[in-house]
Amino acid sequence: MENIVSLKNIIVEFEDGEQILKNISLDIKDKEFVTFLGPSGCGKTTTLRIIAGFLEPKSGDVIFDGKRINDVPPHKRNVNTVFQRYALFPHLNVYENIAFGLRVKKVPEKEIVRRVGEMLELVNLMGYEKRTVNRLSGGQQQRVAIARALVNHPKVLLLDEPLGALDLKLRKEMQIELRKIQQELELTFVYVTHDQEEALTMSDSIVVMNNGSIQQIGSPTDIYNEPVNAFVADFIGESNILNGSMLRDCLVEFNGRQFECVDKGFGKNETVDVVIRPEDVKIVPAASAKLTGIVESVVFKGVHYEMIIDGVDHKWTVHSTKAEAAGTMVGLAFDPFDIHIMKKSEE
Amino acid sequence: MKLKYFSAPYLVWMVVFIVVPLLMIGFFAFTNEDGQFTMKYISDVGQYANIFVRSIWLSLIATAICLVIAYPVAFILSRMEKHKQGTMLMIVMLPMWMNFLLRTYAWMTLLGNNGIINHLLGMVGLGPFKLINTSGAVVLGMVYNYLPFMILPLYSVMEKIDNSMFEAAEDLGCSYFQTLFRVIVPLSVPGITSGITMVFVPAISTFIISRMLGGGSNLLIGDLIEMQFLGNAYNPHLGAAISLVLMVIILVIMTVMNQFDPDDQVLM
Ligand SMILES: Nc1ncnc2c1ncn2[C@@H]1O[C@H](COP(=O)(O)OP(=O)(O)OP(=O)(O)O)[C@@H](O)[C@H]1O
Ligand SMILES: [Mg+2]
Repeated sequence: MENIVSLKNIIVEFEDGEQILKNISLDIKDKEFVTFLGPSGCGKTTTLRIIAGFLEPKSGDVIFDGKRINDVPPHKRNVNTVFQRYALFPHLNVYENIAFGLRVKKVPEKEIVRRVGEMLELVNLMGYEKRTVNRLSGGQQQRVAIARALVNHPKVLLLDEPLGALDLKLRKEMQIELRKIQQELELTFVYVTHDQEEALTMSDSIVVMNNGSIQQIGSPTDIYNEPVNAFVADFIGESNILNGSMLRDCLVEFNGRQFECVDKGFGKNETVDVVIRPEDVKIVPAASAKLTGIVESVVFKGVHYEMIIDGVDHKWTVHSTKAEAAGTMVGLAFDPFDIHIMKKSEE
Repeated sequence: MKLKYFSAPYLVWMVVFIVVPLLMIGFFAFTNEDGQFTMKYISDVGQYANIFVRSIWLSLIATAICLVIAYPVAFILSRMEKHKQGTMLMIVMLPMWMNFLLRTYAWMTLLGNNGIINHLLGMVGLGPFKLINTSGAVVLGMVYNYLPFMILPLYSVMEKIDNSMFEAAEDLGCSYFQTLFRVIVPLSVPGITSGITMVFVPAISTFIISRMLGGGSNLLIGDLIEMQFLGNAYNPHLGAAISLVLMVIILVIMTVMNQFDPDDQVLM
């Protein structure tokens, strides 16, 4: 598959000289569903604005379909945006908002009627055609924003937290719908969210960002199973993150104990982050365990129980289908392949 | 309930300075010197139809020119960085701080047959042109005096238009000019209508400007009314009748204008 959008060494600075994007490089493949995932303020919207053309990077190249488009204005880019804050036109009703892009391109009236109708059905707003957008709820406005961008069938659609204002049920439905449309129309979606579950379920590939730089790019399974650092591990699902040191290949020490693991290639006695997923912590009888702790709290989470277990050096988060009573002393154990060793991140 | 008392001064004000004068005008317009009802003065107004037409025509032209000048000015102002807008706005408003008469006198000396403009033109071998005492001079005086009243409402509406409107329009394929006509102009309609009102109403009823810059030949309704009350044509009944007709004309024009103003406009 070809790359439809590439960012090469993009640096963005605002007036105060603070770097908002610190040398971002990224390839987005044609017809791919890419998700930018990261905490608030990490630069997701800024990256989208670079691709859409609203922001000129201080340095670096924006490549679209093999051509450098740094100097191409937004209206000449085959890209549409679902804005984080909707930016609907208050002087137009729902129908005309959605039809706006088609009218600018002088699409024949008959086709406008058909395509806008399709969109209204898709975002479940039939019967709202004549409403002014100010009289819609936040979630309805968000759906108009999605329809207004999607109706143009751009090569690349940028979606900036497009489902943020919707309730859980509607959000799940829209997730499935959006994914279906993306595949049916063979569009490239660049999707921004800070909901890791949304990212994992929808994407072909995930770009995890933090603090203006890319932490990891990979498929959802890669990102989940092989996070490259403690930040990614923590952001994608909860994790127990401990300081450890690598005694030699496949042997790590943390909490004053030595554990077998499967990671190699670290320096002798190198300090590392040790990451263990809550569902990978096994509860064993205290007598036979290397590590013990006292159950502090138990919360029922639907499928499993979440327990906080206080083991002197670390409070463990543990997911288990079996609950232990609060106050009991339990033992903790891990399989070697569930102990993930990661280089300390620079910060 | 108590709150009602707070509006009392305002009500008194309204009654004394708005309702009573209106009633008096109505009374004078429909009565003669002996206080008897008559339609004479109202029907006499018809004699001055040409002055009405001239007033409406000149103030429409002045309003149109104001709009054409003020729109880009207000737009540029509204897109400046926030901290510069205040200063620029003050510069635009500066002429308003000068006395109205003084401002208009200045134009008399500029436009006069031996005035500065003709003098300068004469130096390059042109003219002299007849500038003063023309209807053009009257329009110029109106535009000059009332331009700020067009800029201000336009600016205050445009200033509230978020930059995201430009981005959304551009994102959907609009060039800069398409954005202006498809989004910005429709969004500034409330400013356009109130600007037109604020220029047209004082322009149509002005009397100093036409007197000073228009000479005797460009009499406007305002002059006519003034003559009936203060001038040698003294006839308050006719003056009241003319005022009443003028008021009706303005009301009709404003009602038509307001049809273009979407009532539920909320700007983002
Ligand atoms: N115009 C601007 N001037 C200065 N700083 C800005 C500007 N726009 C954004 N920033 C800063 O750039 C950083 C990244 O902003 P951005 O909007 O890309 O974050 P984000 O990842 O989209 O966050 P969120 O999830 O909250 O939307 C933030 O720290 C923000 O304060
Ligand atoms: Mg954002």
